[in-house]
Amino acid sequence: MKYVDEFRDGDLARTIAANIAGEVRPEQRYYLMEFCGGHTHAISRYGLVDLLPSAVRLIHGPGCPVCVLPIGRVDQAIRLALEHEVTLCTYGDCLRVPASGGLSLLKAKARGADVRMVYSTLDALKLAQTQPQRQVVFFAIGFETTTPPTAVALRQAWALGLNNFSVLCNHVLTPAAMHAILADQGGARLGGFIGPAHVSTVIGSRPYEPFAHDYGKPVVIAGFEPLDVMQAILMLVRQINAGRAEVENEFTRAVSRDGNLKAQALVDEVFELRGRFEWRGLGSIAQSALKLRPAYAGFDAELRFGLEDKPVADNKACECGAILRGEKRPQDCKIFGNVCTPENPVGACMVSSEGACAAHYTYGRFKDAVRVA
Amino acid sequence: MGDIKPGYIRQIDLKRGVVDMGHGSGGRAMAQLIEELFAAALSNDYLAQGNDGALLPPAAGRLVMATDSHVVSPLFFPGGDIGCLAVHGTINDVAVMGARPLYLAASFILESGFPLADLKRIVDSMARAAREAGIPIVTGDTKVVEQGKGDGVFITTTGVGVVADGLTLSGDRARPGDAVLLSGTIGDHGMAIMSQRENLSFEAPIESDTAALHGLIADMLVTGADIRLMRDPTRGGLAATLNEIASQSSVGIQLEEAAIPVKPAVEAVCELLGLDPLNVANEGKLIAVCAMGDAERLLGVMRAHPLGKQAALIGQVIEDRRGFVQMKTRFGGRRMVDWLSGEQLPRIC
Repeated sequence: MKYVDEFRDGDLARTIAANIAGEVRPEQRYYLMEFCGGHTHAISRYGLVDLLPSAVRLIHGPGCPVCVLPIGRVDQAIRLALEHEVTLCTYGDCLRVPASGGLSLLKAKARGADVRMVYSTLDALKLAQTQPQRQVVFFAIGFETTTPPTAVALRQAWALGLNNFSVLCNHVLTPAAMHAILADQGGARLGGFIGPAHVSTVIGSRPYEPFAHDYGKPVVIAGFEPLDVMQAILMLVRQINAGRAEVENEFTRAVSRDGNLKAQALVDEVFELRGRFEWRGLGSIAQSALKLRPAYAGFDAELRFGLEDKPVADNKACECGAILRGEKRPQDCKIFGNVCTPENPVGACMVSSEGACAAHYTYGRFKDAVRVA
Repeated sequence: MGDIKPGYIRQIDLKRGVVDMGHGSGGRAMAQLIEELFAAALSNDYLAQGNDGALLPPAAGRLVMATDSHVVSPLFFPGGDIGCLAVHGTINDVAVMGARPLYLAASFILESGFPLADLKRIVDSMARAAREAGIPIVTGDTKVVEQGKGDGVFITTTGVGVVADGLTLSGDRARPGDAVLLSGTIGDHGMAIMSQRENLSFEAPIESDTAALHGLIADMLVTGADIRLMRDPTRGGLAATLNEIASQSSVGIQLEEAAIPVKPAVEAVCELLGLDPLNVANEGKLIAVCAMGDAERLLGVMRAHPLGKQAALIGQVIEDRRGFVQMKTRFGGRRMVDWLSGEQLPRIC
């Protein structure tokens, strides 16, 4: 496990922190959005905010796949498991997402639904092969990182001629969400982005270039280790101070400009753009998600089971939208920590430990002076 | 007159046999299973009384009693099995109260169809653990449930011990300024189980730390150090146990991440699965809160015991009526160490 230790060297972190403190202009505010939940998690878990000068403020973006998954889609998955009696496979994080009627996949499982946690799409495929009499649905969620494995499973299912395997696809696209954030009026305040780590290994750094060129926002792609994040912040501060807006790559050990072309081709073969997709907290965004191409329609759970898309509105008191756009902090929300907690999440940001509110609740709320949990 | 023909009962087949409903029905099959498997392995004078309960001599001191049910999958894992785990777990619950454990009781729920060979392995392991700890299993019970209504075998153990006069260890006794000591590496048991479940293999497998801590605890108590309380951080890991203490005592706890020992392999698997070792179960570790002035002396005694070689001062109790546990990270930042919400599930990203 030596390979992670070098990215968690506390002394080095303090050196970078001193450099950041030396570079920031005291009169200026640096609003930097880390798009990815993985970064949010690293920032909270290592207490990085304490190492930064107050001029730098990190804004937790919508890059937590579980958080942005709309309630209506989880409802569909639960209906599949309870009413259509399929074996529903999904990643661990999804199981707890609250859906309508006080249900979640975990609670549906307690009511007898056959819900399985898998680590890989291929585990779901294997289940379909070993129980041919049963319909197996993979509830696919995630950004560009988890899309290629879903594509692999679909290709294999096609090659095997499996007629009891299908995918309920919720794959979403990072650049589309970044566009939506910048197009919104709150986006103007952002000084720059810490760009995704794993997502960028797949799509490369090129798709971020419009944010630098068209919106004038610097983007620094960074790994998920705490030192990566610190280094990226330093690089962003330097760009902002110099009036530059470029896509820089801190994560050169894994990310190239073109990304993983093989994975991209695979995804392109299986998936196509959806017209619109609902994001929890951000609303409906055009061309921000994927669906199965007609050639793979036979494996599309939405078609196979005739699932209806019934959008479900978020709780009115919930400030997730403003938090995801960086306009408010979790502790500014009235229901944070009282009505809305990780045990009973109301809004998107409280659902997974990568969400802005859950991260603040779990790792940071001791710093809020007044509130007593 | 002719002689009485000696009775002949064919011995139960411990190699190929399985548990069936008859083994729990109160009939001859049950008596035979108890005699040939349980009593044979666990034999001691109290068990040999053969009554519904064990008649025990008077105890000198206040009694401590604890009970613990054990459900674990897989039943056999690197470093142990459900049998020795059931013995260690309850001994530890009694011992962290400051008590000298005296007796155990064990109750089995068996699933019909469970291989008798596996059951024998488990009971033999219990017998060995109890013998090594010097604490007899003095009474027990067996029930059988239909196939599909159990998970092979569930074991509940209950322990009784005595605590010396004048000694009271309790979760509400932590005071600001006290030291928080930990007896060794965290997360070993949970990750040993998890890596088996997920079929993750390593050059050197992660072994469960399952062990009886009463010997280590006896050494600690004999120093006369001002120990406020002890706990064994099992389910929910170090994080849950420290939060319990903080909430019971209405204090805060400030941890130093760099001081908390974690095996590299455990850290690696946690990283891989997106888990935090602070939330992962231990079965052979203890936390002690003591007066800061006694911390070094106590650590010295702990480190001299085989189960406390890596004992460390991991933090201190601070004033905070909200009962928050916080930690200075290896990075120099601060963060909270909270209870888990629900089950710890692997993260996607």
